Amino acid sequence: MAFPILSIIVFTPLAAGLLLLLVPGEKQNEIRVAALGAAAFTLLLSIFVYFGYDEGVGGYQFVEKYGWLPQLGVSYYVGVDGLNAPLVLLTGIVMFTGVLISWKIDDRPREFFAFLFILATGVFGVFVALDLFMLFFFYEIAVFPMYLLIAIWGWKVTREYAAMKLTLYLFIGSVIALVGALGMYFASGLGTFDMIALEQANFSPGFQAWAFPMVFMGFAVLGGLFPFHNWSPVGHVAAPTAVSMFHAGVLMKLGAFAALRVGMMLLPQGAQMWMPVVLFLALINVVYGAFIAMVQTDFKYVIGYSSVSHMGLVMFGLASMSRTGFVGAGMQMFSHGVMTALFFAAVGMVYDRAHTREIPKLGGIAKNLPVVAVTFIIGGLVSMGMPGFSGFVAEFPIFMGVWGGGSSPINTNWNFAAWVMPLIAIIAAISIVVTASYIIRIIRKVFFGEMPAEFEGHITSISALDKVALIFLATILILLGIFPSLMVPMVESGVENVLRLFGGA
Amino acid sequence: MILAVLPELLLLVLAGLVLVFDMLWKDEAAKRNLGWLTAGGTLLILLVSWGAARPVGDPGPLWGGMIRHDWLGFVFKSIAIFGAGITALFAMDTESLGKKGEFYILLLTSTIGMAFMASSADLIMLFLAIETTSIPLYVLAGFSKADDKSTEAGFKYLLFGAMTSSVMLYGFSLLYGFAGTTDLYALAQGLASGALAGPAVAVAGLMVLVGFGFKVSMVPFHFWTPDVYEGSPTPVTGFLSTASKAAGFAVLIRFMLAAFPGVGGSGMEATLGIMLAVFAAFTMTLGNTIALVQNNIKRLLAYSSIAHAGYILIGVVAATKLGVTSAVFYLIAYLFTNLAAFGVVSIVGRAVGSDEVTAYSGLSRRSSGLSLAMLVAFLSLAGVPPLGGFVAKVWVFAAAMNANMIWLAIVGVLNAIVGVYYYLIVLKYVYLYRSDDEDKAIKISRPDALALGILTLGILLIGTIFAPWWGFADAAAAALF
Repeated sequence: MAFPILSIIVFTPLAAGLLLLLVPGEKQNEIRVAALGAAAFTLLLSIFVYFGYDEGVGGYQFVEKYGWLPQLGVSYYVGVDGLNAPLVLLTGIVMFTGVLISWKIDDRPREFFAFLFILATGVFGVFVALDLFMLFFFYEIAVFPMYLLIAIWGWKVTREYAAMKLTLYLFIGSVIALVGALGMYFASGLGTFDMIALEQANFSPGFQAWAFPMVFMGFAVLGGLFPFHNWSPVGHVAAPTAVSMFHAGVLMKLGAFAALRVGMMLLPQGAQMWMPVVLFLALINVVYGAFIAMVQTDFKYVIGYSSVSHMGLVMFGLASMSRTGFVGAGMQMFSHGVMTALFFAAVGMVYDRAHTREIPKLGGIAKNLPVVAVTFIIGGLVSMGMPGFSGFVAEFPIFMGVWGGGSSPINTNWNFAAWVMPLIAIIAAISIVVTASYIIRIIRKVFFGEMPAEFEGHITSISALDKVALIFLATILILLGIFPSLMVPMVESGVENVLRLFGGA
Repeated sequence: MILAVLPELLLLVLAGLVLVFDMLWKDEAAKRNLGWLTAGGTLLILLVSWGAARPVGDPGPLWGGMIRHDWLGFVFKSIAIFGAGITALFAMDTESLGKKGEFYILLLTSTIGMAFMASSADLIMLFLAIETTSIPLYVLAGFSKADDKSTEAGFKYLLFGAMTSSVMLYGFSLLYGFAGTTDLYALAQGLASGALAGPAVAVAGLMVLVGFGFKVSMVPFHFWTPDVYEGSPTPVTGFLSTASKAAGFAVLIRFMLAAFPGVGGSGMEATLGIMLAVFAAFTMTLGNTIALVQNNIKRLLAYSSIAHAGYILIGVVAATKLGVTSAVFYLIAYLFTNLAAFGVVSIVGRAVGSDEVTAYSGLSRRSSGLSLAMLVAFLSLAGVPPLGGFVAKVWVFAAAMNANMIWLAIVGVLNAIVGVYYYLIVLKYVYLYRSDDEDKAIKISRPDALALGILTLGILLIGTIFAPWWGFADAAAAALF
């Protein structure tokens, strides 16, 4: 038997979390070091998986399969392909940096890290799951710790409201998706939750027509798709920094990924029928999210809504139903994850010192926090889709994919006029300008300009650990921008898998 | 033959032992050890029964057709005995219960009744078993003589119980009148051959349902539940909400599916099935909605337990093998979960002297172990993995979809969302809110810690390694299909 590396990745955080709960609560430093150790170990393993994946061979690798509830065809079945290997890496990165920047949490850090790690286990589990039941199992594990993390350690003003709103939104989405998925299980007649087997189930078009929206929309709630995006900025803002990073960086990808993995890949005809609707909704996400971000005055809300806009791009790429669009969506999931983790880390560091997030009240932070300023600017360039940064590698193919989506071979169900898709792409491209405007405004107002007198002496420099986290994230964004070949071929090999299911090579 | 009633016989022996030691140990402090005796004894009974008395094949009717020795009965017997053992542990340090021999004897007597409920296959035996279960429970509910609420609970439980029992008994006698037999399986043959038909039989079936519905707190026979749950000593409430409810479901499942095997099909019995489905929908919805506005944790859990009866009923009305399996699995998961929930309530109630939800403020700072047990129990009730409640809920909804009752699955799913809301509210008090007493640690006694440990571990095991538990539930369902 091969080395069960994926299982180790999935269960290391859980084991670490449970062990932490056994440590006496007063030993805060030991708890932090242990948490960092576990996170670093997980990160190393996920790097190993990422580089160990052979995209020349393609398909699912590092596969493990054990019977879980054999009577009903539930199995513990994991594997990575070109689409989820980057996401596993992303989770490892965000988890590691999240622990780094949470060093100074001193209210029950033991419980904080334990819940954060249980959440991480859920996220890893969903990304590597090849069994539908297992996917739901880990999906719910990923959702619930959020409630406690936000409600206990969040921003005092909105945390209770935000935590409950987020949990209910996500739970409603997941149970709706669950009904659709159970429908798939029974309709397939195969008596298995094995997604590889279900891909071959040939569901009738009538079934796909009603099951697809349930499954896709159910998961898309977590992906932040309009009009179900409302929980997300509220949740981002209320969450403590590391949780915002996890939440926007990884958790929202969970929704988009599951919508792709379960919705589109298992119900391709349903996807073909419903994609125009998704395309339209994602367009609203992209443009409306950007405009809402522009008018916010709270630093963290700006980033929260920018996540809505950027996650809209992922959905937009998926909805283009084209190879380029899919590749772009896959890249955007990773790129946005790292970028937004960087943003939230930076926001958290500014807020911890200035005790306000009102953009008009801030200023001149760059003088005291140069690393934060530089890395934030790098993140800003990524989010504008500037060439040379990972955002370009991700966003450009998405727009291209939508532009040419009308003639994509797998777009069998649409008969738009030839100008419709390019027009949609152009409308969406407005968001780039808007993004640039709010990012530049933040950079100018928050990081440069006059520092208000009351901040003098308060803006203490950040710790070495914080710097490591920020620089680590920024480096990845630049590396990926300069060497897209580090990831693009892998995502392409994963997209092949998806295209095969749509009958287009 | 003897093996079929081995658990009951051993329970009787244990009850006798408790009686003897109650006489021998004059000292109050020593009488607390009766709890260890009861808990240890039930553990031993479970081990012996699983080692020697597991049902093999289908031996058919035993003891003159009174009893079936099948997995359906065996699983429910085990549930009742386990529940009794844990309840004894929780009771040990409860003031009004722990040092009284009568308490343990009544508990065991009631358990004997439940064991017989699980396996009886004859109307007469069924009625005897139900009464053997209920009468000690009436006394247990009113056991705290100094507490008016407890007295009220006992009396109310008695009145409601007697009323529904008599309606049920009338139903039994009507069925006997129509069929000329009290054997459940002979009734089934009569129904299948068409010898028994007509609205009158359906009415008789409905009257029987009143009795069972009362035991499982199905709407509209649930009115006793909140008052009795609130007033009874908390360990007794835990016992009522798990073992007693499971026993009620055991007879409901056997009666509905053995005697009225057509509930899933068409015709008169199907009407009964549809009625039960509607009851299930109302039970879930009403339980969850009213639980939303409760301030007392015992009342909240009472309404939640009504809601859970609704979820379990989904599995029963699906009337398929998957449905019954999922219902039995749900009851196993619910046994661990709700015992743990009431266990925590009992310990906290004793420490802070209140059962108000607000009394839970700052609990996580007073005892992190207790809060963790509460977190596990409440999230399991909400249906969160990796806890037992998740798998259980998924499969009852799956069973409804499999039986083409998608509407019922959707009602269930919506209810699950409502449930999440109020369980999380309670956890918010535990983990988020502060209180003035938060620096006063809560001490957990040894039996309480042991019981909570077993239950928490059990909830996790059911939720992660579910195949063996599903196997038991499946074997139980196989006895009917």
